[in-house]
Amino acid sequence: MHDSDSIGIVAPQRIYCDTPLSLESGAVLDNYEQVYETYGELNATRSNAVLICHALSGNHHVAGVYADNPKNVGWWNNMIGPGKPIDTHKFFVIGINNIGGCHGSTGPASINKKTGKHYGADFPMVTTIDWAETYVRLADKLGIDQFAAVVGGSLGGMSAMQLALYAPEKVQHAIIIAAAAKLTAQNIAFNDVARQAIITDPDFHGGDYYSHGTLPRRGLRLARMLGHITYLSNDSMAEKFGRELRTGSLSFNFDVEFQIESYLRYQGDKFADQFDANTYLLMTKALDYFDPARDYDDDLSTAFRCAKANFLVLSFSSDWRFSPERSRAIVKALLDNKLNVSYAEIPSRHGHDSFLMKDEYYHQLVRAYMNKIDT
Amino acid sequence: MAKIPSSLTLLRPDFATIAAWIRPESKVLDLGCGDGTLLQYLQDTLGVHGYGVEIDDANILACLNNGVNVVQNDLESGLSGFESDSFDYVILSQTLQAMRHTEKIIQEMLRAGKEGIVTFPNFGYWKNRLQVLLGHMPVSQTLPYEWFNTPNIHLCTLSDFEQFCHQHEVHILERRVMSGNRRITLAPNFFGMLAFYRFTRSK
Repeated sequence: MHDSDSIGIVAPQRIYCDTPLSLESGAVLDNYEQVYETYGELNATRSNAVLICHALSGNHHVAGVYADNPKNVGWWNNMIGPGKPIDTHKFFVIGINNIGGCHGSTGPASINKKTGKHYGADFPMVTTIDWAETYVRLADKLGIDQFAAVVGGSLGGMSAMQLALYAPEKVQHAIIIAAAAKLTAQNIAFNDVARQAIITDPDFHGGDYYSHGTLPRRGLRLARMLGHITYLSNDSMAEKFGRELRTGSLSFNFDVEFQIESYLRYQGDKFADQFDANTYLLMTKALDYFDPARDYDDDLSTAFRCAKANFLVLSFSSDWRFSPERSRAIVKALLDNKLNVSYAEIPSRHGHDSFLMKDEYYHQLVRAYMNKIDT
Repeated sequence: MAKIPSSLTLLRPDFATIAAWIRPESKVLDLGCGDGTLLQYLQDTLGVHGYGVEIDDANILACLNNGVNVVQNDLESGLSGFESDSFDYVILSQTLQAMRHTEKIIQEMLRAGKEGIVTFPNFGYWKNRLQVLLGHMPVSQTLPYEWFNTPNIHLCTLSDFEQFCHQHEVHILERRVMSGNRRITLAPNFFGMLAFYRFTRSK
C-alpha cells in the first residue's frame, strides 16, 4: 500500500489472560489469548487511547500493513492513520480481535489446553458483554483508565455501545456507526439462513471439522454470499453490475452468467478460504443476542441510564440492514438520558458497507468529532 | 463560566437578546440551529446544556466543528425524538417563516419545552411595506431573498403572530423588537425589523 498517510508497517501483539472469564451464557473460559495492534503513542497521562471494535468478519488489523505481507492492508486504513479522521498523531489507536474470532484470539479453531484438541463445537457462545469484559482487561493491562473513544461500525458499533454500558467510567466518547440497539426479526432471519448453510454442510461435522480434516467451505461460502447481498443496496448493485452478462450472451445453464453471480461467488470463495465457519456462527449469534434493553422491560432509555459517555451516532441513508431508523432509536435513548449526543444520517448509495468506505462527508464528520476530544 | 466572546455579541445582537432570556445552566433545544453558533454562544456564556436540530449536512458538520450537540432531523416531521417537558427552552430562531407546518411546530415546541422562543423577520417593517407599495416583494437585510428563490413561505407581522398566539392558546411572556442592534419600542410593528417572543402554554 503506497499510501503516504498510512501508518505503515505494523505488527500484532498478544496478551495472555489466565483469570477465568465468566461468560454471559454461564460458561467459563479458564484462560484466553487475545491479539491486538496499536498505532500511535500512548501519552503520558494515558488519556488518548481509542479502541476500535470490529464487525462480523473483522479483526485487530485495522490499519497499516505487515512487513511480510504488504498487500494485507488494515480494514479501516482509510479512517485511521497519521492525518486521517482518527489521527494517530493525536491518538493511541488499539485494534483488537474479539475472543471467538479466528485471527489469533482464542476461538473455536484454537487448541483447548485441557484436551490438547481444537475447541470446535466446545467453544462457548460469546456475547458483546463478554467482549466488553475483555476490552476492560486489555485497558487494565495497558494502564488505560478510560478510553478517549471507543469506535465501531455494525457489530463493532454494538460492541462499542455495550462497553459504554458495561463499564461507563471507561468510555469518554463512543462513536456508533451503522448499528442498531438490537436486531430485527428480519436481521435474525438472515443470520439463521447463513448459519443453516454452514451447519447443514456435510463437511461441518457438528463443528468438529478440524479433526475430520474437512472444512465446511460450501456452507461458509453461501453464508457469505447471502451476507454480502444484505451489505449492499439495490441501487449500488444495479449500478455496479446491472444485468450485465459475463460473456455477452445467454448460455442457458447454471454456470456463472450474470456479473453479480460472478462477484458473489468470488466473494464467497475468498471468504471461505480465510475465515473459520465456527467463528462465523458465533459472531452471528453475538449479533442476535445483542439487546441491552432486554433486562429493562425492553426500554432502551432505562438501559442507557447508567451510561456516561458522549456519543456520536452515524447512519447511512441506503443501509437497509441497519437502517437510519435503528440509529434514531439509539439517539432517542441517549436524549432521554440527557447524554451528549450528535447524530447524522449520511447520504450514501452503498448500503451497510458504506461505513467501511471512503466518503468525504462521512470522514469529515468523524474528523470533526475526534478533533474536539480532549486527551 | 467560560469566556464571553464580545465580538460575537456585537456581530449578532439577536444572540444577546435571546441569551438575556435564558437562565444559566438550563436545558436548551435549538431548532434549525444552523452551524451551531447560537448554541455555542449559550454554552460558553451561560453554561447551558443544549442540542441543536438541523437538516442540512453542511450545518451538521459545522456544528461538530463548533463542538455542539446536533441531531439531524426534519423539523417538519415534528420532535418525536424529544420527550415532553424535557427542555427549559426550545428556540426557533429565524426559521418559523420557512416552516410548512407552523401550528404543529409551535405545539411541538411547547410540548418538548416549558418555554418557547421564536425570532422572525417582521414583514410589517416599514421598508418592507414601502417596497410592496412600490410594487415589489421586499428584499432586505432580514429578507435577503428574491420572491422566486426564497425559502420563506409563512411570513408574518408582529400583529399576525400575536393573533396566532391568541388563537392557539399560546401565552406570550415577553416581546423584544429590534432594528439592527437598536431596540424598538415606538410603533414596533412599523419600525421593527426582527421580532423576538418568549412564550408558554396558556393555562
